[in-house]
Amino acid sequence: MATNGSNRAVAAPQNDPNSFAASVKDAATAGFLVAVLGFFFIGIRTDIAPGGLDLKMRWGAWIVSILVVFVGRLLLNLFVLKTDSPITRKIAGAMPSGSRFAGTGKWLMRALFAFALVLPFFFTTFFPGKDRQFIDLAILIMTYIMLGWGLNIVVGLAGLLDLGYVAFYAVGAYSFALLAQYLDMGFWFALPLAGILAACWGIVLGFPVLRLRGDYLAIVTLAFGEIIRVVLLNWYEFTNGPDGISGIPKPTFFGLELKRGEGGFADFFGIAYDPIQRFIFLYYIIFILALITNFVTMRLRRLPIGRAWEALREDEIACRSLGINTRNTKLTAFSIGAMFGGFAGSFFATRQGFISPESFTFLESAIILAIVVLGGLGSQVGVVIASIVMIGGIEMLRNLGFLQQVFGSGFDPVQYRMLIFGLAMVLIMVWKPRGLISTREPSVVLKEKKRIGADMVAQGEGH
Amino acid sequence: MSAQNEPLLSVRGVETYYGNIVALRGVDMDVHRGEIVTMIGANGAGKSTLMMTICGDPRARNGQIVYDGIDITMMPTHDIVSLGIAQSPEGRRIFPRMTVMENLQMGAALVDPKYFDEDIAKVFKLFPRLKERISQRGGTLSGGEQQMLAIARALMSRPKLLLLDEPSLGLAPLIVKQIFDAIRELNEKEGLTVFLVEQNAFHALKLAHRGYVMVNGNVTMSGTGAELLKKEEVRAAYLEGGRH
Amino acid sequence: MDAATTMKNSDQSTPGWDRDPVLSVEHLTMRFGGLVAVGDLSFNVGRGDITALIGPNGAGKTTVFNCVTGFYKPTEGRIVMRHGPGRQQDDVETLTDSGQRWKTTGNGAVYLLERMPDHEISHKAKVARTFQNIRLFGGMTVLENLLVAQHNPLMVASGFSIGGILGLPSYKKAQKEAVDRAVYWLERTHLIDRADDPAADLPYGAQRRLEIARAMCTKPQLLCLDEPAAGLNPRESAELNELLKYIRDEHDVSVLLIEHDMGVVMEISDHVIVLDYGVKISDGPADFVKNDPKVIAAYLGVDDEAEIDMPEVREDIEKVAGDGPAKKKPTARSKAAPAAKKTAAKAKPSSKASTAKTSTARSTATKASSAKASSAASTAAKPKTAARTAAKPKPAPAASEVKIANAGDYPGSQPHGTKKPRAGGANNLTRVKGIGPASEKKLNALGVWHFDQIAAWKKAEVQWVGSYLAFPGRIEREEWVKQARVLAKGGETEFSKRVDKGEVASSVPGKRGAQPKKKTTGKGGKA
Repeated sequence: MATNGSNRAVAAPQNDPNSFAASVKDAATAGFLVAVLGFFFIGIRTDIAPGGLDLKMRWGAWIVSILVVFVGRLLLNLFVLKTDSPITRKIAGAMPSGSRFAGTGKWLMRALFAFALVLPFFFTTFFPGKDRQFIDLAILIMTYIMLGWGLNIVVGLAGLLDLGYVAFYAVGAYSFALLAQYLDMGFWFALPLAGILAACWGIVLGFPVLRLRGDYLAIVTLAFGEIIRVVLLNWYEFTNGPDGISGIPKPTFFGLELKRGEGGFADFFGIAYDPIQRFIFLYYIIFILALITNFVTMRLRRLPIGRAWEALREDEIACRSLGINTRNTKLTAFSIGAMFGGFAGSFFATRQGFISPESFTFLESAIILAIVVLGGLGSQVGVVIASIVMIGGIEMLRNLGFLQQVFGSGFDPVQYRMLIFGLAMVLIMVWKPRGLISTREPSVVLKEKKRIGADMVAQGEGH
Repeated sequence: MSAQNEPLLSVRGVETYYGNIVALRGVDMDVHRGEIVTMIGANGAGKSTLMMTICGDPRARNGQIVYDGIDITMMPTHDIVSLGIAQSPEGRRIFPRMTVMENLQMGAALVDPKYFDEDIAKVFKLFPRLKERISQRGGTLSGGEQQMLAIARALMSRPKLLLLDEPSLGLAPLIVKQIFDAIRELNEKEGLTVFLVEQNAFHALKLAHRGYVMVNGNVTMSGTGAELLKKEEVRAAYLEGGRH
Repeated sequence: MDAATTMKNSDQSTPGWDRDPVLSVEHLTMRFGGLVAVGDLSFNVGRGDITALIGPNGAGKTTVFNCVTGFYKPTEGRIVMRHGPGRQQDDVETLTDSGQRWKTTGNGAVYLLERMPDHEISHKAKVARTFQNIRLFGGMTVLENLLVAQHNPLMVASGFSIGGILGLPSYKKAQKEAVDRAVYWLERTHLIDRADDPAADLPYGAQRRLEIARAMCTKPQLLCLDEPAAGLNPRESAELNELLKYIRDEHDVSVLLIEHDMGVVMEISDHVIVLDYGVKISDGPADFVKNDPKVIAAYLGVDDEAEIDMPEVREDIEKVAGDGPAKKKPTARSKAAPAAKKTAAKAKPSSKASTAKTSTARSTATKASSAKASSAASTAAKPKTAARTAAKPKPAPAASEVKIANAGDYPGSQPHGTKKPRAGGANNLTRVKGIGPASEKKLNALGVWHFDQIAAWKKAEVQWVGSYLAFPGRIEREEWVKQARVLAKGGETEFSKRVDKGEVASSVPGKRGAQPKKKTTGKGGKA
């Protein structure tokens, strides 16, 4: 038998790689690595001493860290990495599958909607002392939900990674602020204008990035976001630069201002004035705006343009072969997404009463994008859950006083807020790499609606 | 090391799932040293899934895959490949932005560099077309040329076991003949063991020493290539309408 | 007159695709940097025809497709798409001069595809296509895929989304019609049960069908299919044939396809165009192309079993070689011979008439076998080929006892041949890898009977024979000379061992003729 082709030495493992001994050996290697790497970082501590630095050995901490890594690695090996039946597989089997989650998702959505509808009264009734704080938070979350839904059109449906979405938010906010400042326009009159202006900027951004793909698209959109902010910052005569614009008018309820005294909302309806009324009013404005966003997006998904967006995300070349004008399709995605960003921006301006370029940094874009990605690209419910988790979570972590009981009084939880939050994000993405709600719902059904698993759905450009 | 008379690759009761969908329902199969074994079957029968499962992606949920006496069922793909299994996957997964030469160099990444010149001469002799295109980027090759490149890249790793998924797909009849001749030659001259998944059942069964027929994730028939070619069921299902 | 034309329209002087082309590609050239992928290519696609574009890998077929469908802008050339009958030549010329992209005419409309962006070619010129590596919208359902294909009419019906958002009934009606059309094509392609499954979930064959259904939903006049049968098994290929015929016959859609599966090409094509290295090497009805020696050499390959082993060729050879040693044929082959006699008799006069008188009887046989490098089904093709071969009678080099009329037409020099094999009979040349029975006969006709004769070939001879047998380069590639040297010494090659075991269907087992003294018990050299 001619075997001269296979005489190459192959590094074949000598024994079973899944044996206990192999696991221990592997864990020991990990422990050794920590011992070497951690010797200087953990084992040695420098203190300022009279006449120079004083070296202090921290053997205890060093040994504990080695042990932690050794035991951790060993457990991982035994139960996950080097075993014939990894525990993760059992967990995966026990996890509810996507379709089952989808069924509960529908009820979850209805429950959330019902709660959102009565939310202000829920808080005024049950948390009278903290109602203002909670409603304010609800407004903030609702703003991000709306922004998330807007960005979802661009990123989730059309699959175009946009890192500069905050630019449209800024355009909307500044449009309203400037229209109010120079032309004395009210909120309701300026709102559509702000949306249209933002949509125009969406097209302006869309044109240069039409031909770009992937990372390049992301970088150009990122640059666009920064350009808008820097222009707002430096065009002092017009935008007031870093000083921002203050005194932005509050929205009125059919011409009634929500103010104390004569001619106000409370006076007209003959009820006692309470500052909370203004918050409730603002909440319902953003609630309705967000609902409109959702309604339009859901409708668009079932229209040819929405299907063209999704088709574009799946395969642009196939789209072109079917006679779809991909340029126009991308531009509509950018402009409609931008329009909702613009609406949200003018709401932000009227809520704050004061805006400055500080509010529109890249971090905002990143948070909005994180909401969309965490929620699951293209998923409307996912955005809601992700907004609550992210925005609500950051706020909730401010109240971590109880941790002081655990770690002692020297522990300031607020300092660790972002760390804990970041860890939580990483864990969620490990657990659900395609976002919380990763299944896709078909836009048209012949007989039976079947949800489509995330592994089938393409992510589009730049992911 | 295992005895020579044991199969080089032995697949026992392998079940593979995509999500909750069963792709393989307990497949048993052996590939002995120096053999060409083919798996034929209709589209969606699970042939490619079996090939991918051997390489560890997706993983078998049940069953065992033993290669050269080593259980590779749960082994990471890169470790499996380093044992001397090379795959030319379905759909020509070449590196589109690398040149033909770079693609071949990637194939040879795990091999002692001293063999490189000899090996590359060998694959160029097999596919003179690739030599003409040596500095062209993989993505700009025509479909058939990409297929040639995928096979050539797999050969560059000096495999002991070569897994070929539909090598004839999209190739001109003359080239299909060339490739099948080349496989036979590699097998005869160098003792290369080949596991071949093919739609082109006529050619595959003529080439192979043994064949298996897969239907719906199950192996329903097996035998020598000539035996299977004669079987009425095989002829009816996979050979009617003439050969290519 | 081109021989090809007699097939379809025997009463007309031009074939149907030249009289009424739905698509004309004229002097198309496509360069990528220095590489010429397609060079000055012209062809017509007949209205209502299934036209196949075949050729070796890398011949530029997909490039032509990409030019026609607007994915590449051709470097040079004109691509005309016509709606409505006839060439409409005046309108085409007017349009070309006008700088416009399309023009409605009395008969319909004409489009210059090289001026139009890809999406307009689909939308306006009604050219739909599929892709070699299936491009479906994998995460969308089968039904959604088909609705995306109807984007443009639906967009209008939805009032460019505004009416749709408001929920106007006109859009609902349009959507229902679109779903009905989708259902129609799903039923035609047997995908109706999978309508609500994601496209990526379908098996390969179903994905191919879905891509065709999706293309048909754009209501095309010309359907371009890039390897629709790749990866399909014979049963699925047969279904595909039916589907394509149905599309052509029932929907009046012309089809242009790239395909390697000759079963599909030969069965359904009305017209076949063959490319090699970006140049058209053959053009005509399927039967004509199938027998064109250039196509066989460049694409189909010669030595495959039955394809080439034509009984009538053997008849000729046997008659001619009657004075030589009687060759034993396997019984199965002898049986086939009588049936073929009629064909052979019919074929003879034409080939004889065209043969120069000076030629020996043996060279007549050579002519016949080369003219019919494969089946003689197309009698029309013969005179042409034979005439070409006999065009320039030249005296053969004196070296050989066998005179080939046009030996000077081939590069290199004719190898030495003897009229008869040496005592003991001829060797079994099929034991050389690359030489099948048909090639063996041709070699015998050249006076090449023994391994040592082949072993003695130099470069010039190899070149000549390669060109003469219409597969240049192959002798070097398969190392005939090297193999012959081994075999001449009585050795064995891997291939000859397989031949002798009867494993090679294209060769005749057994050692024939004068064997060298040294018998083959020793270790043979490896080729």
